[in-house]
Amino acid sequence: MIETGTLIDIASWIFIIAGLFFTITGTIGLVRLPDVFARMHGAGMVDTMGMALILVGLLLHAPSAIVAIKIILILAFIFFTSPTTCYALARAALHAGVKPMISGVTDSQKTESEKSKT
Amino acid sequence: MMFAAAALGILVAIALAMFRAFSGPTVFDRILAVNTTGTLSVILISVYGFLTERPEFLDIALLYALINFIGTVAVTKFVQFQGLGYPVGDHEDGDV
Repeated sequence: MIETGTLIDIASWIFIIAGLFFTITGTIGLVRLPDVFARMHGAGMVDTMGMALILVGLLLHAPSAIVAIKIILILAFIFFTSPTTCYALARAALHAGVKPMISGVTDSQKTESEKSKT
Repeated sequence: MMFAAAALGILVAIALAMFRAFSGPTVFDRILAVNTTGTLSVILISVYGFLTERPEFLDIALLYALINFIGTVAVTKFVQFQGLGYPVGDHEDGDV
């Protein structure tokens, strides 16, 4: 018979490791992807799955009810504000004239190749 | 042990996001990377509170989450409109 504490520990490990996987994958995407709008995809993964899984992993260890309520508040707040921020940022980037990458060539690469042609 | 591993992974992620914040070609890359760093710092403060067995740190994490949202939207609006108060030129009223 496994004790309840051990079971909670195992579940917490699984949640935190999964959250770290999503977090580090998202930030690697933030570094390696070619375009502002593509990088928003990586940042969105950190803001939703990574954040939520790590906080659920912490929630399993909450010593009292008020701590659990605070964790759920943080979770809900980031869950609602992260898409809002991404939307405002994408809209501002489009307004400022940043062209989304189409057919695998970014705007700056296209101008360089056109320069080399002429 | 568990919380120390989580804190270490979050620090690695913060380092990667800060690299993009310093080297981003446009200003929007930098804003995006700073927003990600803010979210990661909220998680880091929460994990640190559990690491030192003082979950009162969650209050600070909640405050950071609030300030992160307001700050990112304010910086985005400032970059877009060159001001925070009134609409400029032919832009729509109170547009973000």
